[in-house]
Amino acid sequence: MAEITYLEAIREAIDEEMARDPNVFLMGEDIGAYGGAFKVTDGMLAKYGEQRVIDTPISEIAIVGAAAGAGHMGMRPVVEMQFIDFIANAYDMLTNYVATARYRAFLPCPMVVRGPSGGYVRGGPFHSQNPEGGFIHTPGLKVVYPATAEDAKGLMKAAIRDDDCVLFFEHKYLYRRIKGVMPAGDHVVPIGKARTAREGTDLSIITYAATVHKALEAAERLQQEDGLSVEVVDLRSLAPLDDEAILATVRKTHRVLIVHEDTRTGGIAGELTARINEHAFAHLDAPVLRVTAHDIPLPYAPSLEDFVLPQVDDICVAARRLVAW
Amino acid sequence: MAARRRRAPEAAGGHLGEALPLERKLELYYWMRMTRTLEERLVALYRQTKVVGGLFRSLGQEADAVGSCFALESRDVMSPLIRNMGAMLVKGATPLEILKQYMAKGDSPTRGRELNIHFGDIGPAGTTRGFLGQISPLGDMVPVMAGVTMTFKMRGEDRVGLVYVGDGATSTGAFHEGINFAAVQRLPLVVIIENNGYAYSTPTAKQTAAKQFVDKAIGYGVYGEQCDGNDVLAVYDCTKRAVDRARAGEGVSLLELMTYRRKGHAEHDNQSYVPEGEIERWAAENDPIDRFVRVLRDREGVSAETLAEIDARVVREIDAATDEAERSGVPHPLDALVGVYADPPAERPLWFREGADVSSLGKERPEGWGTWDASKGGTR
Repeated sequence: MAEITYLEAIREAIDEEMARDPNVFLMGEDIGAYGGAFKVTDGMLAKYGEQRVIDTPISEIAIVGAAAGAGHMGMRPVVEMQFIDFIANAYDMLTNYVATARYRAFLPCPMVVRGPSGGYVRGGPFHSQNPEGGFIHTPGLKVVYPATAEDAKGLMKAAIRDDDCVLFFEHKYLYRRIKGVMPAGDHVVPIGKARTAREGTDLSIITYAATVHKALEAAERLQQEDGLSVEVVDLRSLAPLDDEAILATVRKTHRVLIVHEDTRTGGIAGELTARINEHAFAHLDAPVLRVTAHDIPLPYAPSLEDFVLPQVDDICVAARRLVAW
Repeated sequence: MAARRRRAPEAAGGHLGEALPLERKLELYYWMRMTRTLEERLVALYRQTKVVGGLFRSLGQEADAVGSCFALESRDVMSPLIRNMGAMLVKGATPLEILKQYMAKGDSPTRGRELNIHFGDIGPAGTTRGFLGQISPLGDMVPVMAGVTMTFKMRGEDRVGLVYVGDGATSTGAFHEGINFAAVQRLPLVVIIENNGYAYSTPTAKQTAAKQFVDKAIGYGVYGEQCDGNDVLAVYDCTKRAVDRARAGEGVSLLELMTYRRKGHAEHDNQSYVPEGEIERWAAENDPIDRFVRVLRDREGVSAETLAEIDARVVREIDAATDEAERSGVPHPLDALVGVYADPPAERPLWFREGADVSSLGKERPEGWGTWDASKGGTR
């Protein structure tokens, strides 16, 4: 079977779910005739028509709010934030309305909010963000952020079938760089399960999204240059977190480095560190370290962006410090 | 397409509410009386500290809530705001549910998770009563109702949506995005702005520079109409026209119902910001129930005895509901963990609560906004 890109895998998942379930429909800015800013929904309008592929005004509040209302009535909307940075405009609707709906009023919101996320693309402050930190803090939302084409497809199918709201972050750096062969049949990756991207015994790198690939590159270099056996765990889901997989890798290697592209303060590395501290402190041979972005709005110039974001070299520096502890 | 009428067309020879037979008009009276008397009962319970949180009145606005919702069919969906208890009653919410909800009972519609009239019952026609639970951030229900009515259009269902906002909510981004999107999609949605003069303490002059809220209809390219919100028959007629338009596929309407909030934002609000005499003038000259009683008596020939019987029935029903609500228990603390997600169905208690005695939780009554303090007096 032919390889397809991360982006095509997302499109394939949406397409299969729309064909399978007439309640699935799409809303977003420029997603119909234009096919979306990154062409994720290219061809969908022609295939499914205006009733199921709805071009909206520039109104993130209305897009998310209308998706919730449609979800209450049994539909399964999949809505696009043209860039995930604009999800901030719908923050109230997501956190106050959607996230609380089932708990406060027994109202289902089976909806997916998806969008191109992340940096390393010279996109500047408003086309590069990783806003997951604000949402994993909100009970009632689920958050996934795949690193591979296979997971992009499988998690999208799981997200569309989930009975609650799932925020689906797509890394735009990976859109066309990463390819994979899709497993045959109905390929669904369960939400809340991490994946071991590389087996190892000396230390564990826990990460997700684009930095999975940075971590794998670092692991290979550390193997070659230092003879270190590095395990790489790809979280895939950020809410809920796979505590079992996180603690298992801690107990296996006893040294943990957490890597994320999101900014440092309030980023998920802090939460992971606390969980490891609470549940596996006795298994640690060294403090948990983290490599993250600096706490700085993401700048445009390549020299600036590369400085702010975590790089393979940074991961190697941190890993060496960890094993030398 | 942006037709606009300032006043209902009485001049055509008929009278307001002409389409309604007398028994339906008496239903309107029943719901308005029920709204007012139930709120008065809630005030009594509030002062006995049996209402846990704040208490929100719609005194003087009963006609706009009841008359507008009365124009809907049972299959239609309505999204109320905090002054629309009357609309909820018309749509099938019961006094018992409202009392339990205010008293934070374990078998209240939200099992103690939400306050006051923040509860709903929507879904397929015929199996649900068709009203949606509101949230506190204002304007948010407009986009949500755009989504609800979008499903009616997608499925070819003969159903209409009605969403209430206050004058204050028109200043929010959610209101703007929601009505604009609904207008573009030509959704079967009626948006009612209840202009009661104040958003908490802020008068409308500080909310908008527009001469009147109905003028915003032109900007959105939708049908607009303004009516006397304290005339229940005018409200009914005006809303019915908009509902009929929505049902006929003519899209969104924006209605401005002119009314007046005679109580504070909530029961604790002393209304110090209201000009002297304003409340008293509205109470004396423009009470919606007094006005409707005059219509029923003078034009429809309804006897004082008939109205007194309805009043007595309302009190009997509220008495029975109060007794039953008071007998209900409080939620079990562990119920707090249930139902954030469909899957998992419940969260685990944190380790320091595992097996802990939780029987003492919830006994303290904090001071602060929303709680009655007899020494500080009430609203005027």
